[in-house]
Amino acid sequence: MNVAVTKDKLKPADFASDQEVRWCPGCGDYAILKAVQRTLPDLETLKENYVFVSGIGCSSRFPYYMSTYGFHTIHGRAPAFATGIKIANPELDVWMITGDGDGFSIGGNHMLHVLRRNVDLQILLCNNEIYGLTKGQYSPTSEVGLRTPSSPDGSVDTPLKPLVFTLGAGARFAARAYDTQKTLPEILKRAHAHKGTSLVEILQNCIVYNDAVFDNVLARNVAAEKQLHVEHGKPMLFGAEMNKGIRLNTQSLTLEAVTIGENGITEKDILVHDETNRSLATLIADMDGHDLPVAFGVIYCNPAATYEAGITQKIEAAEAEGTPSLDALLRQGHTWEA
Amino acid sequence: MNELKIKTDPVPRKEISSVVIRFAGDSGDGIQITGSRFTDTTALAGNDLATFPDFPAEIRAPIGTTFGVSAFQINFGSRRIETAGDDPDVLVALNPAALMVNIARLKPGGMIIVDSGTFTDRNLKKAGYINNPLDDHSLEAYTVLDINITKLVLEAVKEFGLSQKEGLRCKNFWVLGLAYWIYGRDRSDTIDWLKRKFAKRPDIADANIAALNAGHIYGEASEVAGLTQLYAIPPATMPHGLYRTVTGGEALAWGLVAGAELANLKIFFGSYPITPASPVLHSLAKMKQFGVKTFQAEDEIAAICSAIGASYAGSLGITSSSGPGIALKGEAIGLAISTELPLIILNSQRAGPSTGLPTKTEQSDLYQAVYGRNGDAPLVVLATHGPSDCFEVAIEACRLATKYMTPVMLLTDGYIGNAAEPWLIPSIEDREPFPVTFETNAEGFEPFKRNPETLARHWAVPGTPGLEHRIGGIEKEDGSGNISYEPANHQKMTDLRRDKILNIANDIPEQTVENGASSGKLAIVGWGSTYGPISRAVDNKLSEGKEVSHIHLRHIWPLPRNLGDLLRGFDKVIVPEMNDGQLKTVLRDQYLIAAQPLTKVTGQPFKISEIERAIDAALEN
Repeated sequence: MNVAVTKDKLKPADFASDQEVRWCPGCGDYAILKAVQRTLPDLETLKENYVFVSGIGCSSRFPYYMSTYGFHTIHGRAPAFATGIKIANPELDVWMITGDGDGFSIGGNHMLHVLRRNVDLQILLCNNEIYGLTKGQYSPTSEVGLRTPSSPDGSVDTPLKPLVFTLGAGARFAARAYDTQKTLPEILKRAHAHKGTSLVEILQNCIVYNDAVFDNVLARNVAAEKQLHVEHGKPMLFGAEMNKGIRLNTQSLTLEAVTIGENGITEKDILVHDETNRSLATLIADMDGHDLPVAFGVIYCNPAATYEAGITQKIEAAEAEGTPSLDALLRQGHTWEA
Repeated sequence: MNELKIKTDPVPRKEISSVVIRFAGDSGDGIQITGSRFTDTTALAGNDLATFPDFPAEIRAPIGTTFGVSAFQINFGSRRIETAGDDPDVLVALNPAALMVNIARLKPGGMIIVDSGTFTDRNLKKAGYINNPLDDHSLEAYTVLDINITKLVLEAVKEFGLSQKEGLRCKNFWVLGLAYWIYGRDRSDTIDWLKRKFAKRPDIADANIAALNAGHIYGEASEVAGLTQLYAIPPATMPHGLYRTVTGGEALAWGLVAGAELANLKIFFGSYPITPASPVLHSLAKMKQFGVKTFQAEDEIAAICSAIGASYAGSLGITSSSGPGIALKGEAIGLAISTELPLIILNSQRAGPSTGLPTKTEQSDLYQAVYGRNGDAPLVVLATHGPSDCFEVAIEACRLATKYMTPVMLLTDGYIGNAAEPWLIPSIEDREPFPVTFETNAEGFEPFKRNPETLARHWAVPGTPGLEHRIGGIEKEDGSGNISYEPANHQKMTDLRRDKILNIANDIPEQTVENGASSGKLAIVGWGSTYGPISRAVDNKLSEGKEVSHIHLRHIWPLPRNLGDLLRGFDKVIVPEMNDGQLKTVLRDQYLIAAQPLTKVTGQPFKISEIERAIDAALEN
């Protein structure tokens, strides 16, 4: 990664392009855009090395609003473009913006493979549990029963849990946030610092087609009870008085919410977050706000070698064996004079 | 056992100018190895040659079945060889199924070498024979060398302690030894190859060498019925220089590396395995010392998208597939056209539609190449006509893709990819480089600002300070590249994308006539792998005094600027194609000429005789 040299520190406004933002007023994407623009000045990447790549969908318009390099590609395929960019030039700092339809429906296959390969990218998943740009059909993350133009009697599709998928695919970094979360830049910085594929699921409100879908978790009056903000090495406590916590039921290998001081529960019973523990990460990523709160923050971070580093290493090893000459190569093996 | 005894030929060798041999056997018999060893030895003996590997899609079909028959045909001679030959002079059949499938092709009076050890009741039944053809006089029209090769091989390799199964695997080298004897060929190259190939299993190498020698000695020693004639094929007269054999797959890979070197770019090759395109991926994966990055993607779409991403980042993005995979790539090709990025798409055509016949050759993706995308989406289409030509066309693809910032589709086919021929090795150092210049000047930079001559937009790669910009598949304003839904702008951009490609006609050679006069009664217009049979047929008819010319297209889109005038100079135009008449349609559309189709979609190449008949018929009427 390049280190910025004696340059005036850029400001968030320096990352805004001259294009008029065309999301619906009140869309959660505005807050995400702002958070990204607030994050980048604090990173040690030269501005010209940022590349924002997206597929198709509301959130995929994102690159047009950044004054960095940007590539708005085709539906679902952003991971493949981002992979090609990163392999071609590992110096670039590649960010991928996708949505629940783009990333996990039409692009599910590519998402699976980019995550398992561990290409060094930041993937921001703007999850609004709906198809916005095609006018409101249910998405692969929509709740069962959601009534939409394509499911007038309620959807019967079982929703996909993006972070459980992410961990199942073998990703080495998974985090969750919501669009207006004040600490979103902090989470984005962690994602950026992680070498490898970092997926951040951002719960994003679609004001037109799925307004307030996350209110059961995000609304002010339930937030304390329904949100668990995890931090590495800290006990998993939540609640208005921070006296509730997550305990592992060792019999059923499931998590349960308990209250300290009740039924003999003490702080010792509460799980301590270990972001390098994949099993634990999978359990807390699965918490969905029904019986257990939804986990926010860095759920899993356990770096491993990146894909592009592996490729570069093999190329360097081959190049080190001697100066390549195609003319010489063509003359190797069986040849004869006529 | 490795000593090569020199024995005087029992009968004088008859000098002939060319011969066609077809080796056939079960998929597990190692027929393709036999063919490629025979090819190398033939090339080293100085003959010109052309080969046709013809194998089933199944990796290991049930043993002894007709659909498990693998074949390898080679035409070699002291004269110029243009095709793998119409009908074989010699058929080697290592089991009844191989005889059943291939006997109809053999020339009347041709020679059959069979392994009678495999002509058991069970194998005959599997092949569909009611009577044993070796006993029922049905092969009387041919010279049959009926040898119990199975038994002889097992005896020859007995001393190496192999299992019966391993021993029988040496059968192909026994047959090769016999074939080398018949044509007076040196075994040492094959022996060296075996030693290298089985360096870690010297027992296997020795057993195969023993089998090779045993086959040869069998020929030397026996006055076997039928083997009364031995042959000599003198070296061909070829242009002076250093030669090697090359397959289309290899030549494409090397041509791409050469082209990238001339463009001063690194290759990124994103691909998903598919028959018959995979050999290029395999070749390039071994060329990391040239900085070639290969990426085996999760699917066809990811393969092309990664290549486009790499081009965007300043590499030469290349993807490769066959018809069904190209269909999957269609949307991404449109994006590369819309964002005006260089990209090379290799299409190793195979018989379609859908999965079709994966290992059989067709030229039926011309429509897909020229027309097969949503919207008005022009790109450059090139077609290679043979293994060594692949090298030249690959370089041309690199030149046009980078100079005009456009996708280029390079059409090849399974036949070209797998076939081998002698190749006068070119020198890259002598070539004129065409280095790419990335835009670096921020002053007045706009991503869709164009070179007024080529209409190519400037290539500004991420990492360049001050040139940050956004591109994508939504219609953009010319110059700024900003999203634009303006009606007049879409018309302008569509026109620009069309004109940029059509303008390339001014940067490619005018169409020449391969053989014959440049106007007259009849033009045979071909493209791709029909080159061999067309050129031989036209040559034969010209020597008979017929008025016919051969025109062969490398540039399919845009077409050479003089092609219309050239074709109008002929009374008749016939277009032989291994499809249902696709180039014919394009020529009719572009020039309003009455181009007539000559089509064949049997999965087998045209025979020279088929084209000769079409020439005769056209000239008679």
